[in-house]
Formats: sequence, C-alpha cells, structure tokens
Amino acid sequence: MVKSKQVLVEKKKKPKETKHAEVEVFIMGKSYKVPAGLTIMKALEYAGYRFIRGCGCRAGFCGACSTVYRIEDEQKLGFDLACQKVVEDKMYLVQLPFVPATKAEYDINKIQPDETILLTMYPEIARCVSCNTCTKSCPQDIETMKYIQMAIRGDIAMCAEISFDCIQCGLCAMRCPADIKHYHVSQLARRLRGKYLDPKSKNLSKRLKEIDNRKYDDEINKLMKMPKREITELYTKRKIEAEETADLGGD
Amino acid sequence: MIDGYPDYMMESIKLVEKKREKNMKNPVKPMSMDAREKMLSEYHPDYMKSTKREVKIGPNKGELLYNGIVDLLESKPVITSKDVDISKIDYDVDLLIIGGGGAGTVAALFAYESGIPKDNILIVTKLRHGDANSMMAQGGIQAADRPEDSPALHYLDIYGGGHFTNKPELARALALDAPKIINWHQELGVMYDRQEDGEFQELSGGGTCRNRMHSCKDYSGMEIMRNIRDRARNLEIPVLEFCPIVEFLMDDKGQVAGGIAFNLETYEYYVIRAKATILATGGSGRLHLSNYPTTNHYGATGDGLIMAYHVGANLLDLDTIQIHPTGDAFPEPIVGILSTEKIRGLGAIPVNANGDPFVFPLEPRDVEAASFIHECKSGRGIVTPTGMPGVWLDSPMIEIIHGEGTIATKLAGEARKFRRFGIDMAKHPILVYPTLHYQNGGVEINEKTETKVPGLFAAGEVTGGVHGKNRLMGNSLLDYNVFGRRAGIYAAKYIKKAKIGKLTLSHLDKYIKILEKANIKPKRTAPILLPEYRGELAISRALDIF
Repeated sequence: MVKSKQVLVEKKKKPKETKHAEVEVFIMGKSYKVPAGLTIMKALEYAGYRFIRGCGCRAGFCGACSTVYRIEDEQKLGFDLACQKVVEDKMYLVQLPFVPATKAEYDINKIQPDETILLTMYPEIARCVSCNTCTKSCPQDIETMKYIQMAIRGDIAMCAEISFDCIQCGLCAMRCPADIKHYHVSQLARRLRGKYLDPKSKNLSKRLKEIDNRKYDDEINKLMKMPKREITELYTKRKIEAEETADLGGD
Repeated sequence: MIDGYPDYMMESIKLVEKKREKNMKNPVKPMSMDAREKMLSEYHPDYMKSTKREVKIGPNKGELLYNGIVDLLESKPVITSKDVDISKIDYDVDLLIIGGGGAGTVAALFAYESGIPKDNILIVTKLRHGDANSMMAQGGIQAADRPEDSPALHYLDIYGGGHFTNKPELARALALDAPKIINWHQELGVMYDRQEDGEFQELSGGGTCRNRMHSCKDYSGMEIMRNIRDRARNLEIPVLEFCPIVEFLMDDKGQVAGGIAFNLETYEYYVIRAKATILATGGSGRLHLSNYPTTNHYGATGDGLIMAYHVGANLLDLDTIQIHPTGDAFPEPIVGILSTEKIRGLGAIPVNANGDPFVFPLEPRDVEAASFIHECKSGRGIVTPTGMPGVWLDSPMIEIIHGEGTIATKLAGEARKFRRFGIDMAKHPILVYPTLHYQNGGVEINEKTETKVPGLFAAGEVTGGVHGKNRLMGNSLLDYNVFGRRAGIYAAKYIKKAKIGKLTLSHLDKYIKILEKANIKPKRTAPILLPEYRGELAISRALDIF
C-alpha cells in the first residue's frame, strides 16, 4: 500500500505519539475510518467530503445539517445535527439537506390570533394521530407533538412557548405520518404571540416619541463634535449600571 | 463518548466552588483606560506585528492589514472578462442584494416598502436564505429605551467601545434608529423576553453603561431572523440560493451594475443586471485570521470585501478583529463555538485555575479577551487534554443570583450544548478561551449606506465605520437591522433615477494588471467562497480529472 506524504511526515515529527482511536462510519453505505471524537460533520470532512449543502452555522442554530443515522444492528433510527453529534462506531449516516414542506402564506397584519387561525392556515394538524414520532425525531428535544396539540386546541401562546427553540431543520415534517409541517405551524404561532398576545412596552413608545421630536439630536451632535480628550473623559467617568447592581449582589 | 470533565479539571472546579461565595461578594473593578491599553498592547492580536502586513495595491495601499485579508487582496479574481458572456442577461432587476442573511433580508423588505416591486428585487445567497451569522447571535440587541437610559449614552458606549475610531455619523444612526428597530420587530412578531408589565427584560453587556440588551432567550438572533425571513417569504421576494456572486458587473460610467452569480451545484454562471446593488455578504471568520478558531458561519469568507476592492471601494479598520472572550475550550468537538456574553450578563464571573477572579466580567470584548489570554499565558489557566488553554466561567453563580432553573429557561441553547457532553452548566463552570467572532471593519459606507462606488450600497458585517476598531455586544444584530433598513430605503430612492450604461468586466482585467505592476504573483484566487476543511490525507490524494 502506498502511504501518503502527510502520514509519513506526521510519523517523523511525533514518533512517540500513539495513533488516535478510530471508528468506522458508513457515509451513505460506504465505509470510512475516521478519528473517534469528531462530530459527524467533521468526520465527513475528514473523509474527504466538501460541503455545499448540509452545512451551515456549524454550531447548532441553523438546521442545515439534519442527519439520520442507524448504528449497525440497532433497531432504532437516530436523528441529530451533524455539527453537534459525535460519531460512533458502525454508524450509517445520511444527511437531509432539504425538506419539501409548503408554508402557508399570510400577511401577519391582516390575520387575528383567534382560536382557529392555526387550523385555518394548516388544516392538516387536525390529522395528528399522537404517535409522537415528531418529538422523537427532534434534535432540539422539543416536545413537538405537544405543541401541535396546543395548536389544534388554539392555544397559540403555549404552542409558541414550547416550540421556541425550534431551528426549523424539518426532521419532524419528514417523519410525520399525517404530513404536518410542524415547524411552519409553530413559526406562525410565535409571530402571532409576539405581535398580538404579549403585552407591549410603554417605555419604548415614550422613547419613540422623544426621538421623533428630536429630543436627543442636540446632545448627540454635541458628542460628535467633542474633542477626543473631552469625550474620553466623559466616557471614562460615566456611571456603569452593572457595576452598581453587582455591588448589591444582583437582583 | 465525552462524559463530563476529567478528574484533574474537577480538582480545579473544587477550588472554584470553594471560593464562589467570596468571589460573588468581591467583584473585580473595571480597569482604568491606561490599564486597558496596557492589557491590549501586550495580549491582543491586533497589537502584534506578526499578524499583519502592508497592502501594496488599491485604495488602502500603504496600510497594515491582517495577513489573511491582504492574502485576499493579492489574489487573482476568480474570473476575467473572457470567461463570461455578458451580452446575454439572465436576470434584469432594479435591485440586486448579495447575501441572504440579516442585512440582505431587511434591505429587501424596506426596498419593497419603499416602492420597489417584489419581482424587481433579487436576493442571491451562497447557501440557504437565512444561513448567516445573524441566525447565530445569542445574547441580544441593544436599544436605549429605558427611562434611565438614552440614545446619547448608547452613542457614548459605541464610540468609546470602538476606541473613538468609529465614523460618528454611523454611530449616531446606530444609537438613534435602535428603538425604531425594536418597535418594527414587535410589529413583525418577535418574541422578546419581557417582564409581566410588558417592559423588556434588559441586561447589561460588556462596555455598556446601562442595561439595554433585549433578548429572546439565548436564541435572539434566530428569533429575529426567523421573523424577518418569514415576512420575506410571505411577500415572495425572489431568492436564488447556492448562487454566490463572484464579481460585480460594472458599466462604462463606472457604476456597479449587478453581478455574476455562480451556481455552486451546476457550475453555471448567471449574468444579473441591476440598477442598484446592495452588498450584504457578512463577515470573514472562516479566514481564521491569526489562526483563531471561529464562531462564524460556514460561509463567512470575506467575499464581499474582495469583490468591493476589485471595483475600487475602500476598506476601514481591517487592522482589527474581534476575538470574543468566551469561545468554548472544552470539550474538543465544540472548541471555538460561542458561549454567549449573556452568561456574564446574568452574573457569571470568569475565574482562573485556582478559582480566583482576575477581571471585571463586562469589560469591552477586546479587553476581556486580552485578559483571558494574559491569565493563560501567565500559567493560571487550565489546559485541556487536547492542549487547549482556557479559564473558567462560573455559570452556577447565575442560579444563585437569579434562582434555580434560570439557566434552563434563559440559556436553554447553551445548557443543551453542554448537556450533550455530560456537563451541567448549572452545577459546574464552563471552560472558555477567546475565539474569532466579528469583522469589526470592512467596506466604508456613509449614513445612507453608500460606498465610494456609485450604484453600490453595503450593510451589515461587511461594512466598516459603524463600530470602529471594536464592536460591543448587541450592536451587530442592531447594525444589520439599522443599516439593512437604510440600504433598502436609499437604494430604492437611487433606483428611481439610475441609468445603466454599457456593461463591462474590464475592472477585473485592470486589477490583474495592477497586481502585475506591483510585482505580486498571486498564489490563489479570491473570493474563496467556502473554506477548505477536508482531511489532509483526502486532499493529498485528490485528482482533478472529473
């Protein structure tokens, strides 16, 4: 067997280092040996894959890298994010970089947060058979089925609350036997809650009026023209709220 | 499987626990301006000579910029005028928006509101719509809306935090537009964390003199981006995904007139003509400047900087980078990923291997990061089994201050990340070390988001001048909203009078001549589009025959 340059160089440099433990993974059925401890994403790259799809923020926020896996001889399928899940030996991997799931179209300003709105926009939620497969496939451990039940009931606020950490990867929608598009349903619930149900800030309204009346223009313009030494002093001497509350041991 | 901390790290954690009560009672005071300067000059990569070199060509000639940025400027453009046929136009629009992250999407919405029909707008993006650093921001967004706060104080924080190097007109826009942005978000349906009376829960951030951090749990960026994108989808604003712009089109009058898109999946190019173009390509963490790991999105490769330089735009403040103090240092799979500043905002204090605090927890990011590096270089950090240094961030303090269960509700994402590796951050501290986080500078804009090149607007992380040489927490989400909005509005105004001449790509041929004249022999091409993370073994055996 021909050894690659890299391996030879590495061996020369670090003769004493023992070889890292390896695991065998199957990328769409094909076997690759990769170092243990890598995330699925890094393991695919180590094996020589260069991502276009199936890779986004690399930190668990964007939902681009949903991955389905099964460990050899295990009964259950696993669902996770390639950037967060560490590879295990004999893992069979396939990525789901796109989910076909139609979103309802609406103008949030022209709909009302009434009990039937979610059912009207997404009537298929009524077909939920409470199998809980969506919950089991969620890489964020969200109680997906529960928020769909809330949606059916018309409890927009709870649907929004439970679904809040959704990264919209779409694994739930791909697994649902009733063809529900969970992550689109909860997106609408959250927007309705944020816009209509949560109480609003009075401080903000007051501040907006002040800004419209140009209350701060002169003060800021003065700061903009201030010589550097003067503004440095002003900056250094300003009172820091966090420091004072820290003295009190916090709230 | 990684399951919690190894024994020797648990020994250090015992010291942290022992001193926790005392540490909470005796907080470290903020540094004086002189002490800050000294810390930065000795321990921040911005102040080290080996990290930078002189630019030999273009508008920034003679300036010292980070090596990785100069590498881009000294690369060959990916195409020349001979490679594409610009006589056939694939998309003819009023407004081309490059980048489908926060700034680009906000710009599209406000261009639409300003009268540009949706079908005359085109967003092109390298990955998916919404795949961006905007989605990843956790901590929150600043806006001075409490009675004890004011936009003037916000301005002072922005300007001082940026070491008084910001463009004042941009800092003013950022501070004064902020409350409007929060209000717009309310109308869209963003679920901000609120008190029972509807007022926002507002925390402090590094370098801010008032508590003005608005948050949506620790998914602030995601919640804002989800709302903005949902609005754009409902309006059916056209988006071309997996099609980065690789160079601008210009016309014979010296205006930017659209761009050449490249389909990453079919390798085709598309010619896009536009009356105005908004550059919103985001940052450059994936260049790994100064060899730091990064918190950034896969697509953050600084494409916009180099494309703008090719058409003659100038760059600001790229002699600085923002290293975020609290990147994860343990366990190995999450090294470089961010642990939000909100953890410190909620009261967690950084402590060293002996359990002793050594810095005010909420210094501006550069100062805080330099202090962490100083502590580790002085031998008071913890070194992980893979050789990564770090200091503790004592997260259990949050539960003592705000009550049990606070971490589960307010830092759900963070707790989830560590739980995967058997670490309960409500019980044990987390190990952190600075990580490359933000491109402070970029393409210079004015308060109308105009660049120096007619027809080219820019917004968001790709721009320079807003934050000067250091950005404060919560001002980047604010930045893309404030300047994305302005870009949409001012580009729409510009479009009404714009006239495009004969299209050309001659600027690329000229750039190659400039490189030759400066005796620069390019080693590669730019923009680089995506980072290269394939295993060395795989790359060494790759053949380019198919």
